[in-house]
Amino acid sequence: MMSRTDVLVETDWAANHLQTPGVVFVEVDEDVSAYDTGHIPGAVRVDWREDLQDPVRRDFVDQAGLEQLLSEKGITGDDTVVLYGGNNNWFAAYAYWYFKVYGHDDVRLLDGGRKKWELESRPLTTDVPARPRTYYRAKPARTDIRAFRDEVIAAIGEQNLIDVRSPDEFSGKLLAPAHLPQEQSQRAGHIPTARNIPWSKAANDDGTFKSDDELTALYEGAGVELGKDTIAYCRIGERSAHTWFVLHELLGQPNVKNYDGSWTEYGSLVGVPVEKGA
Amino acid sequence: MCGATVGGLSTEGIDVAKETVIQGSVTKGGTPVSGGYVRLLDAGGDFTAEVVTSATGQFRFFAAPGQWTLRVLSPGGRGESTVTAVDGQVTETDIALTS
Repeated sequence: MMSRTDVLVETDWAANHLQTPGVVFVEVDEDVSAYDTGHIPGAVRVDWREDLQDPVRRDFVDQAGLEQLLSEKGITGDDTVVLYGGNNNWFAAYAYWYFKVYGHDDVRLLDGGRKKWELESRPLTTDVPARPRTYYRAKPARTDIRAFRDEVIAAIGEQNLIDVRSPDEFSGKLLAPAHLPQEQSQRAGHIPTARNIPWSKAANDDGTFKSDDELTALYEGAGVELGKDTIAYCRIGERSAHTWFVLHELLGQPNVKNYDGSWTEYGSLVGVPVEKGA
Repeated sequence: MCGATVGGLSTEGIDVAKETVIQGSVTKGGTPVSGGYVRLLDAGGDFTAEVVTSATGQFRFFAAPGQWTLRVLSPGGRGESTVTAVDGQVTETDIALTS
């Protein structure tokens, strides 16, 4: 059984390990300009879209793509990779899940991410570290933590389906988070039998994760039968990676998958059932 | 420009008639606060979205009509404001931080 400290580090721990060989800090953002305005000293940047997504197909980059990326970033398979970012670690959590898909052994999230670091007025730098190129070898992609559309449809009424978007997105009032423009073409609503437990309920105001006891009470209180197979989804799979992290990594639930196609895929499928309303 | 409030964030490039915009600025002692975290909470107090204020202390959300609370966290203090957003309009609010 893993413990919380195997997957999550506090800002104090991070501040004390900035110079530690074998510990690599990686900032992952949607807004890549954030890194340029200042980042944790020594941190390298990963661009969620440019670096982690296939440029042509809708998919994330393959094993060879990850190997090339991490080699360029100067990361080895033996490194402790500490991920953090803005948006309450959404994209850092997505990258965490992605590192796990490709079998990286020791990867952790900075609890509270960039926000907590900033709120504590900790140092940021615009210096870009020079890390010598490595020869990173990834493992073949795991499928036990990633859900595809057919198994999502098969899971309706069978498995726990957790929709981690905001209540207005779940009910069909909004198509995207409220800090993004709403213009999109797909249908609004949610997958039938899904329970709406917004990712944000798992986090405190400062972006840190709630305690294991609070988290267990949150999901059980919302009618989730812990221990049962679970699929989490959101709009594009980043917020649900945050909830996947909570269920699989913090609470140690055995069979939890992130559906990264999420609502932008499901809500565009022809013929699948869609529910609206709370 | 349509719907833009004098002195507010420019709405150029946004079809305001199709959106429900909440925007404004964060200040402390009259000085704009950049890098502040603005959290948008729904009428039930649940978190909906979060943005970081710009270099000039400004922020914007695309919400839905109804009542919303904006809560600001920053190293310099906290602040809160409640607004009622209307479809097709830009709702402006300015939030002053207290330590």
